[in-house]
Amino acid sequence: MTGRGLWITALIAPPLAFVGLFIVYPILAAFAYAFYDWQGLLRGDFVWFENFRTVLFVEPYASRTMNAFSHNIIVFFALMVLQNGMGFLLAYALWRELPGARFHRVAVFLPVVLSTIIVAYLWKLFLHPLFGAVNQSLRGIGLGDFAQPWLGQDSTALWALIIAQAWHMVGFPTLVFLAGMQRIPTDIVDAVRMETQSEWVKITKIVWPLVAPSTTIVFVLLFVGAFNWFELPYIMAGLDGSPYGSTDVLGLYFYRTAFGNVSAAHQDFGLGSALAVLMFLFIAVVASVITVRLRAREIQL
Amino acid sequence: MSTATDNYYDRKGLLATLGRDGMLQIILVANTFIMLAPIIIMVFSAFKTNMEIFQSPFSVPDFSNVGNFVKIWTDTNFLRYLFNSFVVTGTSMVLILTLGTMAAYALGRYQFWGNSFILMFFLAGLTLPLKLAIIPLFMLMRDLGILNNQLSLIFVYTAMGLPTTVFIMTGFIRTLPNELEDAARMDGASEARIMWAIMLPLVRPAMVIAAIQNVVPIWNDFFFPLVFIQNDNLKTLPQGLTTFMGEYATDYGALFSGLTLSAAPIIIIYILLSKQFISGMTAGAVK
Repeated sequence: MTGRGLWITALIAPPLAFVGLFIVYPILAAFAYAFYDWQGLLRGDFVWFENFRTVLFVEPYASRTMNAFSHNIIVFFALMVLQNGMGFLLAYALWRELPGARFHRVAVFLPVVLSTIIVAYLWKLFLHPLFGAVNQSLRGIGLGDFAQPWLGQDSTALWALIIAQAWHMVGFPTLVFLAGMQRIPTDIVDAVRMETQSEWVKITKIVWPLVAPSTTIVFVLLFVGAFNWFELPYIMAGLDGSPYGSTDVLGLYFYRTAFGNVSAAHQDFGLGSALAVLMFLFIAVVASVITVRLRAREIQL
Repeated sequence: MSTATDNYYDRKGLLATLGRDGMLQIILVANTFIMLAPIIIMVFSAFKTNMEIFQSPFSVPDFSNVGNFVKIWTDTNFLRYLFNSFVVTGTSMVLILTLGTMAAYALGRYQFWGNSFILMFFLAGLTLPLKLAIIPLFMLMRDLGILNNQLSLIFVYTAMGLPTTVFIMTGFIRTLPNELEDAARMDGASEARIMWAIMLPLVRPAMVIAAIQNVVPIWNDFFFPLVFIQNDNLKTLPQGLTTFMGEYATDYGALFSGLTLSAAPIIIIYILLSKQFISGMTAGAVK
């Protein structure tokens, strides 16, 4: 090897080793583990697709899988509207550079830098049936009848988590959209302003198509985020997705299956790995379909 | 004037009265209120007793009443957790920036066999959530003998940070001009010297972006400590938070002060450096 070859190898080998050992190897190993029977930490026999069959078709696993999966779907679509939809609207408002825009921009991004754990506890405290700020303010403005045990009943629990999540993260799509809008050349904006007075026409015909690259990114990131959602439901509703599994999502179910929990004190790496592989494949396939489909509608400026 | 326009103003709808900008301004102000109010209530509540929180949840407290903070500060391992977070985040960041710059420099500055393949290898894990590989990671850390050791966190965070860092920095390094380098090479400078003395100072802006992109998720991470760390003395701040939130389950003032103390470092840094934070954290997404 030449001196230059050695130098390049010296630069590239250590970072390559880190990524290989702690990212690529674990991901590949997760696929292999899913085909074995596991006794605690010990690997048993090669069982072909038995683990996959169990989590998908054998009760009670199958209905738990479907329950968690359907919640992830709800979370994804709800956040699409609440988080990305609000993000787009806020970005549009910020783009106008109205008085105080700078302050509003700093404020909208502030929750994003907070740890999910802090956000989760904060909202858990706010949603407390008696002490919580949410019910207290409802009582304060004479709407005490609407006070609820938000996290304690299955009709509202998942939605409480979704709203807390949207509060935490709305700043991210906002700023990605805003950056996209700021890249629209001013002569295009001016030309449209001459053509039409309608804000709706301007948004749908100009801004929306031209921020397509931002849309692609926030859609894909939201999709990946919604399908491995874990920390916020774990803190706010618990590892079992209480009450009665109404807040169970794939992330919690996967973790419970792999590492066990208090109520089900056994762990099954085989079933856990099968779930992980299914989630990996689902996320990878759908994320690439979304990317390809959305990239196709992007306009190069 | 056309009748259409007259009608438009006669109707005096909300839009006409306020104007479009007025509507947008209302949305912004309302949103800022929604974003800030919970944080302000958190800080206020941290200075209150249970009774005060129950009776006047939104009142401005007497800020001299710091009993809750003293409780968290002295009765819990808060300082220990904070210190651990600094050690883990700091070490990971040094490793990410060092290794990331090395890889990006090699990939961005030299053409060699396998260059684009290696870049692809680095980018492979960019969107796939590593959380899902937690079982093999757990076994790997056990086999390396670093379960319940902060090295396990540092290694995972370093590996997780490298793809974005290599992505951002390789792109940046490729845009740097060749002239300086060629001149130094003519003067007989070694490759290492060229990198260290000439190129590194130029790469600093990309390093800042990479640093901000990684420091927030690492500082805030809860999942990997949850799996890897059992020993209370080794816990990081987000994980430690769950410990003392459990201890003070019914002392709401103490709970809020614990949250306030945990949120304070990152809120203060964010407010001081909001511009860098915002551009740094969205840089990867915006390209």
